[in-house]
Order: sequence, then structure tokens, then C-alpha cells
Amino acid sequence: MKFTVNGEAREVDVEDDMPLLWVLRDELGLTGTKFGCGIAQCGACTVHMDGLAVRSCQVAAATADGSEVTTIEGLGTPAALHAVQEAWIEHQVAQCGYCQSGQIMQAASFLDLNPEPTNADIDIVMSGNLCRCGTYPRIRAAVKTAAKKLKEV
Amino acid sequence: MGRMRTIARRTFLVGSVAIVGGVAFGTYLMQRRLPNPLENDLAKGEATFNPWVLIDSEKVTLITTHGDKGQGVMSAQAALIAEELDIEFGQFETSFGRPSPAYWNHAFADEGVPFKATDDGIVAESMRSFVRGITKIIAMQGTGGSTSMPDSFVKLREAGAVARETLKMAASQKSGVPVAELGTAKGAVQLPDGSELKYTELAEIAAGIDPVRKVTLRDPSEWRLIGKPMQRLDIIGKSTGTLDYGIDVSVEGMVHAAVRVNPRQGGSMTGFEATEAKSMRGVKDVVDITGGIAVIADNSWRAMKAANAVDITWGDAPYPPEQAAHWTALADSFGEDQLDSMWRDDGDVDTALDAAEVVTAEYRSPYVAHAPLEPLNAIVRVTDDQVEVWTGHQVPIMLTQVVAGVTGHEPEQVTFHNQFMGGSFGHRLEFEHLKQAVEIADKMRGTPVKLTYSREEDFAHDFPRHIAMGRCRGKVEDGGITAIDVQIAAPSVITSQMGRVGFSIPGPDAQIAAGAWNNPYKIENYRMCAFRAPELAPVSSWRSVGAPGAGFIFDTFVDELCHAAGADPMAERLRLIDHDPSRKVLEAVAEMSDWGSDLGEGRGRGVAFVESFGVPTAEVIEVSNTDRGIKIDRVFVACDVGTIVDPINFENLVQGGVVYGLGHAINCEITYRDGMAEQTNYHAHEAMRMYQCPEIFVRGLENGSKIRGIGEPPVPPAGPALGNAIFAATGQHIREMPFIKSIDFV
Repeated sequence: MKFTVNGEAREVDVEDDMPLLWVLRDELGLTGTKFGCGIAQCGACTVHMDGLAVRSCQVAAATADGSEVTTIEGLGTPAALHAVQEAWIEHQVAQCGYCQSGQIMQAASFLDLNPEPTNADIDIVMSGNLCRCGTYPRIRAAVKTAAKKLKEV
Repeated sequence: MGRMRTIARRTFLVGSVAIVGGVAFGTYLMQRRLPNPLENDLAKGEATFNPWVLIDSEKVTLITTHGDKGQGVMSAQAALIAEELDIEFGQFETSFGRPSPAYWNHAFADEGVPFKATDDGIVAESMRSFVRGITKIIAMQGTGGSTSMPDSFVKLREAGAVARETLKMAASQKSGVPVAELGTAKGAVQLPDGSELKYTELAEIAAGIDPVRKVTLRDPSEWRLIGKPMQRLDIIGKSTGTLDYGIDVSVEGMVHAAVRVNPRQGGSMTGFEATEAKSMRGVKDVVDITGGIAVIADNSWRAMKAANAVDITWGDAPYPPEQAAHWTALADSFGEDQLDSMWRDDGDVDTALDAAEVVTAEYRSPYVAHAPLEPLNAIVRVTDDQVEVWTGHQVPIMLTQVVAGVTGHEPEQVTFHNQFMGGSFGHRLEFEHLKQAVEIADKMRGTPVKLTYSREEDFAHDFPRHIAMGRCRGKVEDGGITAIDVQIAAPSVITSQMGRVGFSIPGPDAQIAAGAWNNPYKIENYRMCAFRAPELAPVSSWRSVGAPGAGFIFDTFVDELCHAAGADPMAERLRLIDHDPSRKVLEAVAEMSDWGSDLGEGRGRGVAFVESFGVPTAEVIEVSNTDRGIKIDRVFVACDVGTIVDPINFENLVQGGVVYGLGHAINCEITYRDGMAEQTNYHAHEAMRMYQCPEIFVRGLENGSKIRGIGEPPVPPAGPALGNAIFAATGQHIREMPFIKSIDFV
């Protein structure tokens, strides 16, 4: 399987049906993308594939072959934060934080497609991502702040 | 009569714990200073003043031993030390430290005595002091029960102050300036001439000084950090995917493992066929372990996939296989022989309720899974003279004992590297997954083994919150409640949980009726009896333990009585409450929610009050009855923890606790069929998603006399407040969680 991860060309020898999630985590050591449920119920494994948010636990290696994938590590770094990450930090969203990679990747993709979301838009799109700690009020606020930041860029 | 009986029985419990712990106790043991574990591997030039502060020429390290499950306690502990040490965030590193008796948690004692948390009379305080001594002797190091701040609040500030004063002595030696003329700020000792000596520059001298023993803590008016908004130390790592949880750790040369263990919890494996699994790509071996099999492979997914390909036959469940029998067992437990404790017996309930117009109701609280988002995992490497463990866990010393028990090593040979936890809610108090990882690693000594549970395995082996059933009778006269008789039957969670680590705990289990017996209501005739059901499915402490079940039963019944009396539910609770900080949280939510104002057609407002872990908590919930079901509009919460360490994290934890309480009350339960949990993943045990999340307004009060933890107390009132609001909006009483069995939600 050959694909681009965070701007870098990568090649791995894996089965066609190995989920992208496990290619990233166990084959490439990119552990910022989290395993939560394995059945697209929690969204912790969300990454961008060819610019769209996908649940990497449901994307087979064969499907991801030839694609461009961005993970949380490629979205921004502590030294060069993405606007969504800045907003997440300002609002101190995280508690355990385990779902937040997926939440941030979902929000970044969503704001790319819908730069001026309504509250209802945010609730609908972000409802695919579970947060067991219940940080939803802060996620809502952070998405709105991120939308503002992205408009200013 | 109840008080004397429970004291006698609890005293026996206290004595028994000490004996089980294998130590005699006395004043000396309870008061002695415990060795500082940091002294064991101190390098030259490194100074440690107590078990929480380590300084060398390069850096300052603060040891934050309470595990961080998401509650932000790594930051909060560091803030307490830094407050007195005069060091800023960004100037130090932190470490979860190693298991050590020096890190005993004295606050566990406060939940272990049979007194209301709101009772700070001399008898209650003496008993707490005594039990604290016991927890020190048996080296109860652990995180849970909302104890991190109560345990740390004085201790860690003293640790910071001791280090600061000792560093000043070192600076005095180096500079010749008397200690009295030295100041401290921003990680340095300041000299009168305006120059400064960084703590790291003083480490070598300080290492040779016997630490100052007596320090005076600063007045709250001088606090720089406590009570002010902080940026959590883990917030950038958690927002950039750069912070490692246990599941992200990698150890050189490790292999990956997956298990399938009998989903009839505690049952045996009667046979397995693994020919196909062994031929699958990446699979190194399939081995049998206690109750099931493990696949060892070169990748987690390959291990899980191969585990699913093993054909296994399972033995029976050691508990009733069908859920209905669990409820029958509870229904059959309301007899004199099963009486666990009579917690309250005020007035004369029998006479008061010996009349025709008695209000009665029966309630149920289901099994519920913890299901933290990070599935259980552990990395273990066993060699002949050492065991190393990397995982996130709440009970470090007990972990070393459990691990050593599997391999035959001594607990001192077990090195535990605690990790950030992707949630726990009590799940990471358990050891079964760890014992499995150790068993596998012990079969392949020298090779590190990383066990990762699939979500399905995690659900199948979640030891859920215990079920509870409540039978309530009450009487109303002249517009108010005059008698209440609440009986709660449940299996003992403490017996189940401690039984798995070999402890037999005699005496009553306060958690059966927690949230029901301890509320500071003064009702003319008030009886509260807890009945012990037989052990059924194995259960464990779930965020707020007994209070979400018993609190739901008690508060919902109080609300029903208010309505039966024609009383306003807020006014009647305020009339009955007999504890000033508790009254104030109710008054706060009344004011925040504009209680009594008209909400309009099809809407309703409910209030609930539950005290748990010493925190009186009141919640008001507003709902709309729409044609698509109940919609939760707004929640108002007020609670009193005595002192709020970080107002931002406090608000986040309270909101999260409300979401956790509501989500599970609405749609979560674990039910057993053929001995197995029927719910296998989040689709069947969803809890709250964002579209259902209401606006949540939080107010923290600081009238309480002691500092308390906020991790659990917001959870228990959420369920009853929602049920009470639904009654106000629809006239429908809901007496069973999850509510979705009785009514639809938007």
C-alpha cells in the first residue's frame, strides 16, 4: 500500500483489509489517531482522507491506497497550531482528551466545508463523535471560536 | 438504634482491614514518617525534600501520584506544590512517580466511616482520624472516591513549603545572607541585592541539608494559583495528539496481544480450536490463559482478528444467566435476614405509616458499564528478577501485589510506570486485564507484551455499576412530608470488587444506600434501611458508586411526596434541609433557574438534591415535551466543595458529570442473557451525544468546612432531576432507569 501521510510518501506491506487506523498506529507509529470502538460509533479514529473526514477504522488499506491522509499530527503541532487546535486550547476542552484528536479532525474538516455553521449544524455534525467525559459544551464553544479564527486567516 | 449498631459493626470492619493488611497498628505506626521513595535512586547533586519534590542542576520535577483519568489532577497537584514552592507553570516537569507507601491516601478514610459527610462533630472526626491512620499503615495509595484534592490539599502545599524553606537555607549557605532576608519567586531564591539563585543551582547544596520540618502555610489571601483559572499542563498535548496514553506506549521489541475470555464473567473455557488462527498472517502463537485464550501477533489488529477466528467453547456463568433472575433476587432481598444496616431511624416510622393514605413506589437502577473511550490495555515485560508494567491504573501498590501474585515475584520486583488514562470512571480500579497481560508475558519471559482489548472484549468484561431496587413508603400531611421509609436492596459492590483482589470485607456496605441515608434532611419520621442482595454479576465502583442508584430512588420519591402533598418541590426540600451549605446550593439553583417562573405549555422543571462524597449538589433541569419526545433544554447546577482549586477545570468537570449522569440515565443499561452482557459496543450503550446535550450552567460555592473533590458529585442528581422535570412536563412518573424504556427522547 502506497499513500501520503501528512505530506510524506509512505509504503507499507499490509493486508488489503487492514483498517487505515491500524496502519497508522501499529505500522507507522502515528498514535495520535485513537482506537475507541472499531465500528464507527465513537469517531476517535477520525482522519482526513483526500480532504474529507473519515473514520479510519472503517477504511481498508486497499481503499486508502493512493490517497492523501492527514492525521492530528499533520494538522498542526504544539509549535505551529491549527486554528481549531488553538480554539481547543483556549477553551480548555479536554478532560481525559482521548476523543479529542477525532473531535478536532472532525471539526477542522467540517469548518472547511461549512465556514459559518449554525448551532444546529455543529450539533448534527459533531454528534458522530462520542466524548465519554461530556465535554460537549466546550466543544460547541471551541468550534465557534475556531470558525471565527479561520475567517480571520 | 441504627447509629450504635452501625458504629459497632464498622469498628469491626476497621480492625479487620488492618489484620487483612498483615500489620499490627499502633500510635507509632500511624504517626511515623514514611521513607521517601525518591531517596532510593538519587543521583549526586540531586535534592529531594519529601516524596513530591525532586531538584537537580537541570530541572525541578514535581511528583503527582494521583492518577490522571481526565479529571486534571496532575495539574491540580502540581499547582498545590507550586503555590508554596514559588515556581511557575512551565518551570517544572511532572512525574506520576512510583508505587510507595509514602503516597498513602488519607482521604479514603472519610468515605469509610458511618457518619454523614456533613457531620463534623467530635465522634465523627475522631473516627476519621483513626481510619486515616489505618489507611497509612496498609499503604492505601490510590485515586478514586473524589479524594485527590482532599488528600492533597494540605500535604502538597506543605511539601512545596518544606522544599522552599530548605532551598532558602541552601541559598543562605551559598550567599552568606541570613534566611530571614531571602525571598522566593519564579523558581529562584531572591537575594536582597536583587540577584537570584535558581533552585536548580542550589540543588547540590540543598541535597546535603536536612529538610526543614516545620512550615506555616500561606493564608488563602496570598494564593497566586489556587482559585485562579489555570491552563492545564496536559491541554496542549491532548489538543495535538502528542500526549501518550497507556495504549500509545511502545517498548522496544514488544509483541501485540489480544484476548478472548469467557464473556460469562468468571466462567471457564472448556475447549478451543486455533488451527486457522495460528495460520493467519502475523500470528506468532495462540496460548490458553485463565478463562480463555490469547493471540500473540505483530500488530494489534492482526491479534484481534485472529482471536475472533479461534473456535472456543465456554463454561457456564457463576451467576444467574438471565437478567430477570437478577431482579427477582433483589425483590427477594427485603427481609430481616438480609438487612445490611439501618442507617436512619428518626421518629416513629411504623406508627406514622400505620394509616391508609400512604404513598408507595418502587424504583429500579440498572447495571451500567464504565466504557472509558481508551479500551483497557497494558504492556508487561517479565524477566526472572523483574516485572515491568506500563498502563494507566488507579491503585499502584495493589497493582504491584497483584502482578507479583501472578508471576511469583516479590511486589518490590515490580516496576510500574503509570500512564495518562483515556477515562476510567472506575474501570481502571480493576485488575483482570492486567493479570491476563502478565500471564501472557510470563509465558514468554524477556519479551514485552502489549495487550489491547477490543471494544467488545472491554464491554464483555466491564464489571458494571451494581443494580439496585428501592421500595418506598411515605406520608404527607398539611402540605408537607411527615414520614419517609426507604428500603434499598442491592448487591454489595465493595464485596464484589475487593473479593477479586482477595479481601473479605465484613460489616455493612455504605454504598448500598449512599445518596439516600446521608442527605441532610430533617424529616419527622425518617427510616432508611439497606438490604444486601446476594452476589450476582460481578460489579465495580462506577463514577459516584452507590449514589446514582440510591440517590435516584430517594430523591425521586421525595419529589413524588412533594407533589402528593401539594408542596412546591423546591420549597419543601428547603423546608426539610438541615445543613447550611446544602440549603445554599438549593437556593443557588432556585435563583439561577428563576424557579417558579412560567415556562409555558409543554415544558417542565425539576429539581434534585443529592449529597455524595461530602459535596451537597443541587440540579434544576428544564425539559420540553415535543412531538418527537423529551428535549432537555437547560441544566443549572450548584455544588459546594469548600475550596475550588481551578475554576475552569471545576466547571468542565461539573458539566461533564451532568452529561455522564444524564446520558446513562436516559439510555444505558447492561442486561445479561445466557450469562453474557447483551450490550457489546457503544451502539447499544450510547449515553449522551452532542445533539442531546443541554446548556449547563454551573455555580461553585465555598461554604463547606472542608475541601472536597468534584469528579463524582455532579453525577447522582442528574437522573432524578431529569425524571422530576419529565413528571412536571408530562405528569408521567418514571421509576426506572434507563428512562428510554418509559418515554422517548429527541
